[in-house]
Parts: sequence; C-alpha cells; structure tokens
Amino acid sequence: MSTDTILLEHGDGGLLSNKLIAETFLPLLKNDLLERMEDCAVMEIGGQRLSFSTDSYVVQPCFFPGGDIGSLAVHGTVNDLSMGGATPLYLSAGFILEEGFPLDDLKKIVASMAEAAQKAGVRVVTGDTKVVARGAADGIFINTAGIGHITYPGDISVSSIRPGDAIILNGHIGDHGAAIMSKRENLGLETDILSDSAPLSGLVADILQASPAIHCMRDATRGGLGAILAEIAQQSGAGITIAENSIPVKDSVRGVCEILGLDPLFLANEGKMVAFCPGNDAQAVLQAMQNHEYGRDAAIIGTVGESDRGRLILDTAIGGQREIDLPAGELVPRIC
Amino acid sequence: MKHIDEYRDPALVKGLLQGIEKRAAQAQAPVTIMEVCGSHTNAIGKYGIRGMLPESIRLVSGPGCPVCVTSVHDIDCALHLAGRSGVVFATFGDMLRVPGTGGRSLQQLRAEGADIRIVASPTDCLQIAAEAPDREIVFMGIGFETTSPAIAAVIKTAEKRGVANFSVLSAHKVIPPAIDVLISDPALALDGFLCPGHVSIVIGADAYRPIVDAGRSAVITGFEPVDILEGVYMILGQIIENKPDVAIQYTRGVKREGSPPARQLLNEVFNSADARWRGLGIIPGSGLCIREEYQSLDALHKFDIPEIQSEEPKGCRCGDILRGIIRPPECPLFRTACNPASPVGPCMVSSEGTCAAYYKYH
Repeated sequence: MSTDTILLEHGDGGLLSNKLIAETFLPLLKNDLLERMEDCAVMEIGGQRLSFSTDSYVVQPCFFPGGDIGSLAVHGTVNDLSMGGATPLYLSAGFILEEGFPLDDLKKIVASMAEAAQKAGVRVVTGDTKVVARGAADGIFINTAGIGHITYPGDISVSSIRPGDAIILNGHIGDHGAAIMSKRENLGLETDILSDSAPLSGLVADILQASPAIHCMRDATRGGLGAILAEIAQQSGAGITIAENSIPVKDSVRGVCEILGLDPLFLANEGKMVAFCPGNDAQAVLQAMQNHEYGRDAAIIGTVGESDRGRLILDTAIGGQREIDLPAGELVPRIC
Repeated sequence: MKHIDEYRDPALVKGLLQGIEKRAAQAQAPVTIMEVCGSHTNAIGKYGIRGMLPESIRLVSGPGCPVCVTSVHDIDCALHLAGRSGVVFATFGDMLRVPGTGGRSLQQLRAEGADIRIVASPTDCLQIAAEAPDREIVFMGIGFETTSPAIAAVIKTAEKRGVANFSVLSAHKVIPPAIDVLISDPALALDGFLCPGHVSIVIGADAYRPIVDAGRSAVITGFEPVDILEGVYMILGQIIENKPDVAIQYTRGVKREGSPPARQLLNEVFNSADARWRGLGIIPGSGLCIREEYQSLDALHKFDIPEIQSEEPKGCRCGDILRGIIRPPECPLFRTACNPASPVGPCMVSSEGTCAAYYKYH
C-alpha cells in the first residue's frame, strides 16, 4: 500500500508514526538533541541542565471519565519532563478552538488545567489562542510545552540501560485507553473505569531520592506499556523480558479488552511509567513508588538480560513466551 | 476474571502439556494439525502455545479469517461503492486496510474524502440510515456463519421497516465447502483439524463429517489456551486409537445439532452461491448471496457496478498460507515488502490473519 497521504495510523505511536519521524521530520530538522529521540530534550544553559518538551492534545471526547483535555494537557507535558529526571517548572498553553465551542466547556477545561498545574507544581506562563471555522477542528485542541530543571547527577536515558536492570511499573495499566474506548458512542459499554491521568512529578522525585542510579524512565502513554518497552528495547539494544503475570491490570479493564479484542499491553495510560534501575536498587524504588499515591500498586515486571538484544520478550500467563513488537495499524480513537 | 481465568490456568496448562507429550510419544509419527479459525491462530500466537508443544506436533493455520479470504474482486467492488457520491460505506474495522487491485484500500479512499465508517455491529447501519435519509448506506457483510445470522437479522428488520436507503454488499462465506477443498488437496498432509468453536455454535458437529470420512480427526475447540491444548490432546487421542470422529471440546458453547434457528434465518435471507476465496479460488456453494425477496437491500442489485478487472498482488503467497502449505516466513514478501504498516496481502491485515499473528508474535 503506498502512503502518499497522511493516514490516521501515522498518529498512533506505532510503526507508521516512527516511519514518519524517521523519514520526514528527523532528516529535515536534524540536530544532536532531536536525534536522541527521548520524551524531552535536555540542554545545558549557563551551567544549568534544562529539560524541554511539547505535546498536543486532541482527545475525543474532551471530557472523559476521570479527567478532561485540560488536566491531560498539563499531566502529559509534566510527565514527559519528569521522565528526563527534571523538576517541571513552566508550561505554555496553545488553544485551537472551533467556532461554536461552548464557552462554559472552555472555562471548565481551563479551570481543570489550573488545578492540575497547581497540583503538579508548575505555572502556565505563556499562551496563545486561535479560533478556526466550524469543521476546521473538532471542538478543542490544546498544545502545551514545558521547561524543567534537572539537578539529578545521573544520565537518565535509554542509553544508560544495562543488563541486570530491573523494570518497575507504578500500577495498573490500560485504564485511560479503556475509559476512552468504553465511552465511544457506538459501543454502549457500561463501565466504571476512570482514566488514570495524573501528574507523575512528585512520584519521580521520590524515585530519584530512593536510588542514585536510575537509568531510564518512560511514561507509558500512546501505544501503552508494550509499545514503549518495545521501543526502548530497539533504541537501547537491551534485551528486555517481562512477565505477563506480574503486570497489574484491573478486571474491568481486562473485561473491556476481552469484549473489544484488545490487549491491555497496548492500551494508553496517562499516569503510568516504568523505571529502569540496577537490580540491587529495585526494592528501594518499588518501596518509594508504593509509598506514593500514584504508585500504590507498583510492581517489578521484568529485567534486562544479556540475550535477546534489542528485543522485548513476554513470558505469557500460561508459561509460554512470545516477542512483542511495536503495534502497527491498530485502529484506536483519539486517546490523548 | 471469572469464566476466563479458569481457561488460562497455568496448572491446568501444565497438566495438559504433560498429557500431550505422553500422547505425542505414543503417536510415534509427527502429527500435523490445522487450526481452521483465525481466532485460534491469534490465541496460539498470543500465549506462545506453538513453542510449548512437543516438536513432533506441528500446528498449521487455515483459511478461517474472513478478512483474509475476501477476494480482491470483492474489495474492488467495495472500493467502487465507497467511492460513489452520496454513499456512506460502513464496514468492520479490519476491512479498512485490505488492499484491492493496485494496492488501493478503503483507508486510502477515506483519507481522500470518502465517507467510510467503522461499525461494531451491522445494526448501527440502520441508525445511520435514519439519521442520513438523503444518503445511501452500504454495509460490507463479511464473515462466516458466526457473523452472517446477525446480518441476516438486520436485513430482515430493514425490510420490515421499509428502510429505503440501506443495502448490504454480501461477501459472506460458509466454512464446510472450504474444508472439503482442504481435505481433497494432495499437497496438504493433515492429520486433524481444530474446528472453529463459534462457527460451530451455528452449524453444529455434523457439518464436519467429511473430515472423518476422509480418515482425519476433528475437534470443535474453544479459543482459550486450555481449550486449544485440550483440543490438541483430544485429536492425539483419536489418532492413537485410530478412531477419527467429530468431537466437541467447546461444550460450553456448542451443541451437536448447532443452532437450527440461526440456520433458518440464514436460509430465509440468503441463497447459497459460488464464491471466490483468496488463495483457494472459486469454491462451489461456499458463498451467501441475498435472496430475491430482499433484492432491494442487495447492493449488487441496487447499484450498477461496472465490470472490474481485478488483479491479485504480485509475489503475494497468501493463497498458499491460507491452505497451510507454507508458513509466513517462507513468503519472500514477509516482513520486508509486506508488514502490518503496509500489508500486501490480506493475511497481514486482520488481527486474525496468519501473517499478522506471525509478525506480531514470533
């Protein structure tokens, strides 16, 4: 299939997204910071290490169980900054509004942003608003960018991952994806699943305190835990093995997955992350996570080994093994 | 989770594997089993079952993914209808990326502006038809006996309500004639079949008699790991005792007689017709076309579709894969020219497709 136009799948965080970045964005915008392909760019200015990141939010519906596009736009960028080991400080907010969007809804969304920003300890310090004609956008799109300050001495990056590292996840996966999926109008599913949208900056601060040797952190957003770990395996050349039985998934989320034929591993999260640290520090990091409100159900889900370099292997629940690859061509609604 | 975890219980799995090992040794010769249904293929990959079985047991994947066996010509017809002005084309999500002649797909057509919608159930089409009275809603009906009764019911409802702006492009297929073709294929050396659990809820056990008549084993099997392993175990039992039979492993779903009301519904709405299967060619009596009484709801009758010269993609070996003659890695396009992001053949498109399952799980 030739793809000379943009398809929805170019935005799903899987194979086509990667292709778009590798073949279109990266060659034209090429520089050493961008080429690291991390969640945020880390730069040194005046002897200080700063972290910079941006993300756009187009979630449909814009109010969903457990959150809305406003809080999501704050959490997403705060989390991207946090994953680089930064303390998030300042955000920008750009709004693209469709003619006819209810002002009351906008007020609710901005109030929710304000609350989320306060909770995450960041300030929205600059912004922009554009209004487009009816039909040129779908209600409301938000872009946020953020700056954070890095004081952690270690290099938190996929390139720091080593054999012997433990992989620790901060709780149940798939809540956000399942909450959005079950609200799709034509499915008629009734569930009480709430999005896990949350700021992870506080949790990350505790993790960094617990271990002086955190090698890598990544939030498991679009594409889910499966996609980010497969991507990390590819980028770092590490051989990652995870155990299906050790990954916490709520029964309600599993139920939605069974009905819709989805795999929780590939469902989006907005408040979940993995940390890679030396095996010796695993218990301390796990404890730090479990002591935090956004890490109560944390678990050690896997390890980095000497073999299977560049691959992600899943020990299945029944005792089999399979490789997990980046998702390709999964049809998902707009989840973030 | 209740009613699911029991069928994924590691202890039960371990016990079954031990039993299978014992029986595999007793069978003395290698055993080749075809899982007919795409859902089996997917579960086998997802749980890593192939790697857990003794080496002497080979599982090959069959033609039981409805997306994969849909012919290029049916896709070309869909593309023609979806591209007509005033048409809302509704389909199951998997069909969107299946390439027709020249690699064009519904997904591309949608990116170019065609109104193509994914529905979870065909009944959604009646809602769309009511909301858009000035548009023609065309639903692409694919699937085996599991799916077709629901579509038959929608056709009946539409007829009763006098819905004028809805029609179905029927590319439905039935399983037994395809199994007959497989049995009679000399290139295919099969000892047994894991028969599809859900299709069998409708067609029942007797539909698989020809398998037994050909001296092969048949076990109607469910879709969880414990089901599949028990299915393999039961086939081995038949082979050891040399007593081929149609056995039912999936007793919690399937009755020996199947579902006569569902079959009745199918007979009311559809006629049996010859159908082209991708890879298997034209199989007599293997398709379902809409009966004359419901002609006004038949897209092939309602719209004037011009003669389309359809062409299979070059180099694609989906046909041999659907017949279980080769495995996906043996196709020269696999993982290179053909991958889930840009599938050449339909087996790479559907999550139930053999190539997609191999790509994802191996």
